[in-house]
Formats: sequence, structure tokens, C-alpha cells
Amino acid sequence: MLKDITMGQFFPGESLLHKMNPSLKIIATVLYIVAVFLCKSAAAFAFIFTITVLIIIVSGVPAKVILRSVRPLIFILVFTTVYNVFFTKGDTLLFSLGFVRVYREGVFNAVLIAVRILCLLVGSSVVLTYTTSPIMLTDGLETLLKPLTWIGVDVHTFAMMMSIALRFIPTLIEETDKIISAQKARGADFESGNLIRRARALIPILVPLFASSIRHAVDLATAMECRCYRGGRGRTKMTTLRPDAADWIVLLFFALLIPAAILLNVYVPFFSI
Amino acid sequence: MAYFELENISFSYDESAEGGETKKVIDGVSLEIEKGSFVCVLGHNGSGKSTLAKILNLVLTPTSGRLVIGGKEVSGPEISEDEIFDIRRRIGMVFQNPDNQLVTTIVEEDVAFGPENLGVDPEEIRQRVDSALQTVGMSEYAKHSTHQLSGGQKQRVAIAGVLAMQPECIIFDESTAMLDPIGRRDIMSTIEYLNREREITVIHITHNMDEAVRADRIIVINDGKIYLDGTAKEVFSSVEKLRRVGLDVPQVTDLFYDLSPYLDLPSGVIDIEEGAAVLADRLKNGKA
Repeated sequence: MLKDITMGQFFPGESLLHKMNPSLKIIATVLYIVAVFLCKSAAAFAFIFTITVLIIIVSGVPAKVILRSVRPLIFILVFTTVYNVFFTKGDTLLFSLGFVRVYREGVFNAVLIAVRILCLLVGSSVVLTYTTSPIMLTDGLETLLKPLTWIGVDVHTFAMMMSIALRFIPTLIEETDKIISAQKARGADFESGNLIRRARALIPILVPLFASSIRHAVDLATAMECRCYRGGRGRTKMTTLRPDAADWIVLLFFALLIPAAILLNVYVPFFSI
Repeated sequence: MAYFELENISFSYDESAEGGETKKVIDGVSLEIEKGSFVCVLGHNGSGKSTLAKILNLVLTPTSGRLVIGGKEVSGPEISEDEIFDIRRRIGMVFQNPDNQLVTTIVEEDVAFGPENLGVDPEEIRQRVDSALQTVGMSEYAKHSTHQLSGGQKQRVAIAGVLAMQPECIIFDESTAMLDPIGRRDIMSTIEYLNREREITVIHITHNMDEAVRADRIIVINDGKIYLDGTAKEVFSSVEKLRRVGLDVPQVTDLFYDLSPYLDLPSGVIDIEEGAAVLADRLKNGKA
């Protein structure tokens, strides 16, 4: 049952976004997020929404996956919408029911903020996590954080730890599955009782899992020593990722989203929040 | 010339553990292993065979004794870190659990891990990775994710990872123990290829007697000491001695041993074909 979890949620493909240099992609994601936050007017939101849809189409990530990723957001979306509709004060009263007063501005606010949350989460995951393999992601991060080595941060070790953690996710998921089956075979009950009971039922899963991950770690450390690993010192890389022209153009496109959003805010200021 | 020379090597884990009494895991082992040979190490669990293997590539430092590798003494306290890493490069190691020795998620990236650590040029790493994957027959899986491979395939990737460091010797520490029969057969033929064609010294630690038979020499370890040492024929002739320390013999040898009170049969038959020929001969001549 745990095999359904695809951690890191990477969808292999050949799109422009997939091929992009990971370091630049991380920067592009940050630019995109800034652009989304700068949107204030309805026109700007319409623009960023269109751009997000465009990005999804270019990435080739199936629509079903996008819709599935929206599902956990429904609660937040409903909550913020309701909050904004009922608690925003404005000039034009739409209707009132007892002490509840709904203004036109409230409705607009609600819609625009919902769009913002949606764009923010769907857009950034499509740009970054869905189209970048975990290893590329850590590689990109390592390159970006390299300047920190000057102030004594061990960036290489940090990146290595991240990539090993990612590498062991499928192994540990498989193992959790086995432990759950083994405990069930001995009569463990994970499904009944109140919340506290169920949480306590997880202990017989967590303890063996913890023990076995320590065993994995010890073995892996020995294996790495045998393969002459001694940190980042004097280490080379088989593939060095150099951004090409296409990567810079995509990055420029993301950078231009920011002035575009600001201009739309200023020149088409209808229904601003 | 002997590649490994061990002279009275002992090893014990930290004495502060419990009771203060130190148990020697390796107790005064002296032996020589020739360059290019295929040696099998047998012994029941806890006999010290894995510890011995880790001493051979200096992951563990012997508590006492003299260790010479490739004509150079490496057991002294004055050995530098660079020399230790050079030994580890020359003597590769493949472990039991394939999941615990693959460092990255992509096959070719994992094979590149060793040479990357050594600081080899990117172009040369590429060549080494390609040729290592070809040697173990995993070229078509170069871009695959490691966790989708079968156990035998993972072990072959692990072997490729060691080969990419261009070792002189490879130690297989129960590398076939967790595999299915097909995986075992693949790994054994890879090991034999590396030994015969590439002239890599092979030290194979195993519980499987049918694998042990294929080695040039068998060393049986018991309680940290050398218990038996010789060719497969010699070692498996001592059926009773092996059984006393909880070890089996190949099935043919077992059969011949059980038949020997009734028939006058040669001891130390380790090959099924050979055994069948002997029995057929007996039946034809009607001596039985």
C-alpha cells in the first residue's frame, strides 16, 4: 500500500523544463514565486494564471497528476475563500444576512487569493519537483550553495546527505511494507481504536524501521569507505552541468514575469487587492 | 609472488564493551595469497571471515601482526591516509546486501562514485564507467534507476562500481548470499571471468559449497584461526573435520562419503560429472 507514494514526485520527460539546468531551474522557480506574490490586479492574476497553464502544457505533466496535486489544497482554498468573503470590508454591499455582510471587494479578494494559492503551489511544483530528478535537484542546490563554502559551510556533505536520503526512500518504504505485514501476521491491529490507540499501534513499526535504517547506514558507510569516499576534497564529477543558451532564455522568460506583473498592476488596476 | 602476506595477524574489537575480557575475532592468522588466484573463504557465522576480509583492505586495522600487500608493509603506525586510500582502491570489496552499497539512484552515477572520489578526469570516468558496465553486462541499464533492478543486477552494478576503480583484487563478502539461483549463477560467472580473463585476484567469502568448489584454494576459518587450507579436493576430503565446525560439503562429496563404508570409493570427489563417471565405471565393471 505504501508503494503508491511516489516521493519527490518526478515525472520523467523530454520537455524544455526537464532539460533545463537544475541550478537555473531553482532560480526560475524563485522568480516565478516572486511574480505570483507581486500580482495585485485582476489583469495580473489572469496573466499569471495563463502563464501557469502554459507552463503545465509545456512540461507535459499529465492533467490528472495536476488535479490530484490540487486535492490536498481544497481545505485551505475553501477556508481562505470563506474567510475573505465574509470578513473583508468594502464600499459596495452585495447583501447582508443578520450580522454577516458580504461586500463586492470580499468576493474579488476571495477569488484572487484562491488563484494565487493555486498558481503558487501547482506552478512551482510543475517547474521544479515534477520535472527534476531528485539527484539533479541536489546537484543544482550544491552548485547554488557553493559560495557558502567560503564562510565554512560544508556544502558537499550537505548535498551528499540529501541525495543519500532520497536514495533510501524507496528502500525504506519497501521495508516499512514488510514490517507492517510481519506485525499484522502476528496479530497487530492498526485500524481500530481512537487516535491515541492507533498512534501507539505504530510503535511496533517505527522501532524496527529505526533499527534497520541504522543498520543500512552502518553498511553504507563501510561500503563508501571501501570506495575511497573521503568527503568533497579532491573529488571530481562525471557529468558537469553547464547551462546552455536555451536554459538562459527560459530563465529570462521567468525573470520577465516580474516586470510584467508590476506593469499590469499599475496600468490595468481594476479589482486590485 | 604473494600479493597478501599475513604474519600472525590478530584483531579484537574495543575491549571496553563488556566484562573487560577481549575476545580475539582474528587470532594469529598467518597466510599468503598469490596474485591472480581465486581463493574461497569458508566458515560459519561469527567465525571471523568478514573481519579478515575487512583487514585485507584496511577498513579495519589489525591489533597486532604484520600485513604486507603487494610487497609493501601496511600494518605499521606510520602509514599515511593517502596510502590507506590507495590500498582501498587496489582492493575492492563487494558486500552482501546490494541495497546497502549503492550510493546513488542512477546506475551509471553509482558506478562513477568510486572514480569520482579518486579525482579522476570526467572524460576518463565516462570511459571507465562504460567499460565497467559492459564487463558486467549492464550497459543497457546505464540510465536506469537502481531500485528497479533485481538483486543480481544490483550486485553486478556494485561489481562495476569496484571495477571502475581499476582494482588488482576484489573481495566478495557473501555477495551471493541474498540472491536467487539465477542471480547467483550470473555473479559467479562474472567473478570467474574477472579472475581468468582480467587476472584480478579474487577472495570469495561464501556459505555455498558449490561455489567454493570453483576456487583454486579454500581457506576454512574457525574461531578466528585457520582451520583448513588447501585445494577444494584436499579440503573437502576432510568431511568429518568440516562437519565438526558446522560446515557442509558439496552434495557429491557428501554422497561419496556416505557410500564409502560399502563401496571402495575415492575421497574428495567434488565434481558431479567426475562422481557420475566413477559410479558408472563401477557399475559397468560389476564390482559393486
